[in-house]
Amino acid sequence: MRVARLSSEIDFDGWRRQARTLRAQGVAPDDVIWTVGGEGDLFGDETSAPVVEPAFTVSREFVELAQSVLLHRSPERLPLLYRLLWRLRDEPNLLSLATDPDVLKAGHFDQSVHRAQHKMKAFVRFREVPAAAETYAAWFEPPHRVTEATAPFFARRFSGMVWTILTPDACAHWDGAQLTFSPGADRSQAPAEDALEEAWATYFASIFNPSRLNPTAMQQHMPKRYWRNLPEARLIPELIATAQERTAAMVQNAPTTPSKRTMKAARRIARDRPAEGGAPTSLEEVAAGVDVCRRCDLWRDATQGVAGEGPARARLMFVGEQPGDQEDLAGHPFVGPAGKVLDRALAEAGVPRSETYVTNAVKHFKHEPRGKRRLHKTPDRGEVQACRWWLDAERRIVRPRVIVALGATAALSVFGQATPIGANRGQALQLPDQAQAVVTYHPSFLLRVPDEAAKARAYAEFVGDLRLAWSLAA
Amino acid sequence: MAVLDLKAKLAILSDAAKYDASCASSGGQKRNSLDGKGVGSTEGMGICHAYAPDGRCISLLKILLTNFCIYDCAYCINRASSNVKRARFTVEEIVDLTLGFYKRNYIEGLFLSSGIIRSGDYTMEEMVRVARTLREVHDFRGYIHLKLIPEASPALVLEAGLYADRVSINIELPKDESLTALAPEKDVGVIKKAMGGVRLAIEERAPGKKDRAQPRKYVTGQSTQLIVGADEAADGDILARSENLYGSYGLKRVYYSAFSPIPDSSSRLPPQKPPLMREHRLYQADWLMRYYGFERAEIAGPGQNLDLAVDPKLAWALANRGRFPIDVNAADREMLLRIPGLGVKSVDSLVVLRRQKRVRLEDLKKLCGSEKKLRPFVIADDWTPGPLADADDLKPHLPSEAAPRQLSLF
Repeated sequence: MRVARLSSEIDFDGWRRQARTLRAQGVAPDDVIWTVGGEGDLFGDETSAPVVEPAFTVSREFVELAQSVLLHRSPERLPLLYRLLWRLRDEPNLLSLATDPDVLKAGHFDQSVHRAQHKMKAFVRFREVPAAAETYAAWFEPPHRVTEATAPFFARRFSGMVWTILTPDACAHWDGAQLTFSPGADRSQAPAEDALEEAWATYFASIFNPSRLNPTAMQQHMPKRYWRNLPEARLIPELIATAQERTAAMVQNAPTTPSKRTMKAARRIARDRPAEGGAPTSLEEVAAGVDVCRRCDLWRDATQGVAGEGPARARLMFVGEQPGDQEDLAGHPFVGPAGKVLDRALAEAGVPRSETYVTNAVKHFKHEPRGKRRLHKTPDRGEVQACRWWLDAERRIVRPRVIVALGATAALSVFGQATPIGANRGQALQLPDQAQAVVTYHPSFLLRVPDEAAKARAYAEFVGDLRLAWSLAA
Repeated sequence: MAVLDLKAKLAILSDAAKYDASCASSGGQKRNSLDGKGVGSTEGMGICHAYAPDGRCISLLKILLTNFCIYDCAYCINRASSNVKRARFTVEEIVDLTLGFYKRNYIEGLFLSSGIIRSGDYTMEEMVRVARTLREVHDFRGYIHLKLIPEASPALVLEAGLYADRVSINIELPKDESLTALAPEKDVGVIKKAMGGVRLAIEERAPGKKDRAQPRKYVTGQSTQLIVGADEAADGDILARSENLYGSYGLKRVYYSAFSPIPDSSSRLPPQKPPLMREHRLYQADWLMRYYGFERAEIAGPGQNLDLAVDPKLAWALANRGRFPIDVNAADREMLLRIPGLGVKSVDSLVVLRRQKRVRLEDLKKLCGSEKKLRPFVIADDWTPGPLADADDLKPHLPSEAAPRQLSLF
């Protein structure tokens, strides 16, 4: 039988050194007794026992697990860790066997320690130390030996303060620059009260909703063992006892009559609702109207209606399909990826976008949720038809010489009937209202052409069509 | 008007804030105060500093700037027509309270909301001033959540994002029609536009995009809340709204808040116990959509309600018996996630484990505490459900959850 002695309960270096030696000497887990503190040489004469096993390395994962498990209060943790180390040589994948009894147990210890650390971050309550500026102290009783491991968190958070956390195992001190530790203390060394605790208790009581009383859930997250050091906890019994009564009172008491003065003031200040109007006669009216439009159902899932933008006397009008994801959020047409393509092509064709009017056949973004994103969906004939009312108004107001329909949906809307792009692009077409039209690809189509050569060809044709439209409008 | 002391104000303005379910203090940028200036840190994981007897976590100092309000939303404790006591904090009072609580480790930071006074812009300006003072005067590095006033100007919304880790606008009612009826001054279009503006602002600084010469921003996410049980909306409608919100505005969270009785409540809303089980099922369904790869249509269609007696994943499995049993030694991760009783963590451990050995029923028991719920749905190395897989009524074979309690009132 061998005795392995740690200098303290959380002496990880000592554990590692001795475990490594014992493992190399082939001492089986059942032949080791682990103890902490006390007198005597660590190994007596046996340190010189011959090394019989080849050295092997363990994963970082195991080292981290061992560091955490060591902080658990159970005396079982030391033999358990050595047993895991013993087995790791022949079973290097041991830790991924989540259902092995040793791995399971170490996992539970690790979890308890992490929980204790987390609860320490949550439940330490500082009290101001009287007659010392920005100096605080707390008394805390952690279920596991996590004080040293958790103290750096407080240093990162409260670095500008001077603070001490006293626990039965160890005390942590921060002087504004350095973290130091001293042996355990008792509660009498911490301040007995703090001026702000009454305000905190008031907050705790007021934020509680008595109609949702659920003491089981509270205790699951804030176990009773912590209550004696939480200033707010003394209110809990009364809050629970009166909850039912308070809820009943809220339900049974009839509502009181609202104050006339308040209601009058409220009505006066509240916004006027926009009124429904007839056909718009200015672009401002179009923009306002599109936003509250209910002519089809697309408004429900969209953010806003996106009207066209550009000078009211533009000679050239671009009509796209509908706003996309970015346009829907920003409220402006062609500002997303397709807008970038359009801008580049316009620049190459020598068309200044600021002198053109840019709009869409459909003013709300039609889409389908897919996971956490939304996918574009082509508007159907009914939606295009419903929204022509707005496009027609824009055409009446702007009266462009040339309209460029970008893509099939735009062509459908501009001509009122399906007008295939392939057969009609690259030429001037006549519209009944004396304007001319050019149909061409939608810029987002150019983004989707898979073959590079075909893509370059389509893009060149697109730029050519823009150039043609600009010369017709001149 | 009588002058209220700070404690009385705190009681009124936190009581008025408690119907907001949001409490998250997670997901901010990582930062600390080790440079010796100011106070505070956020390290990614939120911390709940206390739990109220309703079982809800207390992470932030959740208060209103004021509960005076010019709006008259029927479900709200602070509506103009209610005769609750009113109070208003000064900016300095909130700043001092936040710092005092923070330094005693009571809280992770501040969650500031407000009734609307004078105008949206005026109210938003005051709230932004609180956040700006905390950040710039006191170098506060803790967490700040600001409620946005949707009617406030976009510039103020952007400024809020300069100081707050999270911003939120509550839609409250799942259907636009009920919003019009119960909250006449709220405008869903205005809310959506504000949310859209926030998403654009957040993405503008997303990693990978150049952000030269941009002012440093804190904001990393937005959230919202839907009230459950104040209007006629069914669970399917509520989830459809959530689906739209997650997809359109990249929300971090949609909170569901069971409508609960409020003091001096409006006669337009039925007095009832808060539908807590329904709220719980909605959260489960929300999780299935976000982490388990379920489509909303698989969980509840328009007008449909979730089953209060069984969780939505089990309900799906019972309705799709043809997809089961699933062989836990062979099925891909996506299918494993659909087995009732297996969570994301268990599935991840299972995937690692089965590379080492054939998985037996006993392993499943150790991975998830109990294998009873799983039995009819899985094939393991030493287990096939046999006739159980075809049993017409499975419910007697499953461990019963606590009987669903959804009572009208007392």
